[in-house]
Amino acid sequence: MIETILFELELALPQVVLGLVNGAFYALLSLGLAIIFGMLNVINFSHGAQFMMGAFVAWMLLNWLGIGYWGALVLAPLLVGAFGIVIEKTMISRLYKLDHLYGLLLTFGCALVIEGVFRNEFGSSGLRYATPPEFKLLDLEFGDFFLPGYRVWVVMVALVTCLGTWLVIEKTKIGSYLRAATEKPQLVQAFGINVPRMMTLTYGAGVALAAFAGVLAAPIYSVHPGMGANFIITVFAVVVIGGMGSILGAVVTGFMLGLVQGVTDVFWSEASATVVFVIMAIVLLTRPAGLFGRA
Amino acid sequence: MSLDRRTLIKGAAVASLLPALGAAPFRSARAQAANTIRIGVLNDQSGLYRDLSGPGSTQAVRLAVQESGIAQRGVTVEVVQADHQNRPDVGSTVVRQWIDRDGIDVVVDVPTSSVALAVNTLVRERNKVYLNSGAATSDLTGSACSPNTIHWTYDTWMLAQSTGGAMVRAGGKSWFFITADYAFGHALERDTSNFVRSQGGEILGAVRTPFPGTTDFSSFLQQAQRSRAQVIGLANAGGDTINSIKQASEFRITRGGRTKLAGLLVFVTDVHALGLEVAQGLVLSETFYWDLNDKTRALTQRLGAMPGGVRPSMVQAGCYASVLHYMKAVGDMGVAAAKASGIEAVTRMKAMPTSDDAFGEGTIRADGRKLHPCYLFEVKQPSESSGAWDYYKLLGTTDAANAFRPITDGACTMPRA
Repeated sequence: MIETILFELELALPQVVLGLVNGAFYALLSLGLAIIFGMLNVINFSHGAQFMMGAFVAWMLLNWLGIGYWGALVLAPLLVGAFGIVIEKTMISRLYKLDHLYGLLLTFGCALVIEGVFRNEFGSSGLRYATPPEFKLLDLEFGDFFLPGYRVWVVMVALVTCLGTWLVIEKTKIGSYLRAATEKPQLVQAFGINVPRMMTLTYGAGVALAAFAGVLAAPIYSVHPGMGANFIITVFAVVVIGGMGSILGAVVTGFMLGLVQGVTDVFWSEASATVVFVIMAIVLLTRPAGLFGRA
Repeated sequence: MSLDRRTLIKGAAVASLLPALGAAPFRSARAQAANTIRIGVLNDQSGLYRDLSGPGSTQAVRLAVQESGIAQRGVTVEVVQADHQNRPDVGSTVVRQWIDRDGIDVVVDVPTSSVALAVNTLVRERNKVYLNSGAATSDLTGSACSPNTIHWTYDTWMLAQSTGGAMVRAGGKSWFFITADYAFGHALERDTSNFVRSQGGEILGAVRTPFPGTTDFSSFLQQAQRSRAQVIGLANAGGDTINSIKQASEFRITRGGRTKLAGLLVFVTDVHALGLEVAQGLVLSETFYWDLNDKTRALTQRLGAMPGGVRPSMVQAGCYASVLHYMKAVGDMGVAAAKASGIEAVTRMKAMPTSDDAFGEGTIRADGRKLHPCYLFEVKQPSESSGAWDYYKLLGTTDAANAFRPITDGACTMPRA
């Protein structure tokens, strides 16, 4: 009996680690979504496409300009973030006064256009982005189980980024403006703070986070136009489970669902795509505001 | 916050339905010209199978129509295409509209076996023609065989025998499968398991991965490795195979040489996406390779630049060859007769020997199985490749008579309408 449990544990441990890696991506993506939603009240359906753009920009920087992974980690979020700002300025900002469905439809339309353009240009099979060799130093091996150093790096970076973002929003002056503007935009504007510009920058930052996750993902998954669409539906479930607009909720739920999925992969692999939505249904029934949301 | 959860969920529901609307097929003017043949190319235009079928298949069909010379006989041919998004419901809706509203006579390609099985039934009910190239399940000439369907390019039984056989001969007796959880994956796993067992091998287990939408295969690979099987059989295709092989290399699943990876269905476009660095040494089976001989090279040349910058896959070659052969049958029996009965058109196709630049000389069996040789390839090392798209070296050939499941083993009882 104990032997069986030990065996199962041994089987489950690597899955926990692998689940954390997926969780890291969920957390990073849902963090960006939560920030954008909290500030702009816009459900950013082009988040997945922007994640994909981050990966493609990393590929372009490497293959067209010879700029490697570390450069891409900084430049790709800046470039894609700037693209996000243009989208916000020219399109999304016009919809703030309308029903939220319009923002959702607009960003969804943007996502379809962006993905279509990349598909026409690069096909659907995907491009190669080699893992930078320096990560071999982080490689871990326990018996049969080999954990590539790059995945360890992804989990660490995601944790630091999430924590950093949370600190900025909760503990700094800019963060306090942001939170105030979320609650009472007119009042904050009356105090002389440029709320529209803050909204633009927030959208840019959220998009940059997605692109950052995209660069992190490039060496793991093949870089292809549909890579964001594969993630985004799960990430929306994460945001709903965590509580709309809750930063902490997004991060914790992201990692947690990655874990749940990792374990499901072992015991009932067919259900690993569904389990997130089952949890979402249960959470909606029992805590409609989400695990960390305020009703 | 004024946006509530209900709105979000409503929005998400709307958003998830939108792509389905986008798939509404091109609506041709319903001119009932009796001398017009209408061909609908149905495949994945936006997802993981786009490069190996997609708009490239349509391009191949157009070339076949042009080269058939049917226009010189006063026959007009219209070619339309649609995206089934790998979903049987979307595919069925498109085909139903195509046939009932737009007067489509022939449905071509349809990769993704679950969609193909649905289309197979619909086309039979309406007595049209289905020329399948992209879907793999051997059930299309087995339990689900139809007098209106021809299964052209390849199938799961062929892959199991060719690639599976090569792995078993190399000493891979114990197998573990990573299987895409739908009709194709199940059929490929079943056919390969049967073959491995018949050779004295054993199956240690399998994991089923959700389809479509699985991007991370690392935990499945880990389970496969723990099974201590000698061969990890990848019963998946396209983007799934690419990610599996890429991540197997990342996790060094095959280190130590104890475990081997068998890509049971690998297309040339997958090898291109993986790169020779990762793909080298993979053993795979195809019935067409663009650089196989002078005829295939000439065909590749005539096809011109393919969408996505790829070289033609065997699926696209199958679309070309099957439509070319259909046009010969139409020329032979007349447009009116071909349009009147799908069964008659397919019966005529079966009665005629096939000949094309993609697959050479061949025949079509009574159960709808097109017979041609199957080639076993190995992916070249980077140093062996002379340039772009020079990827395969030929290991062996199974002749047409032995490449596919014997008709007696297929359990096909052909319904005669």
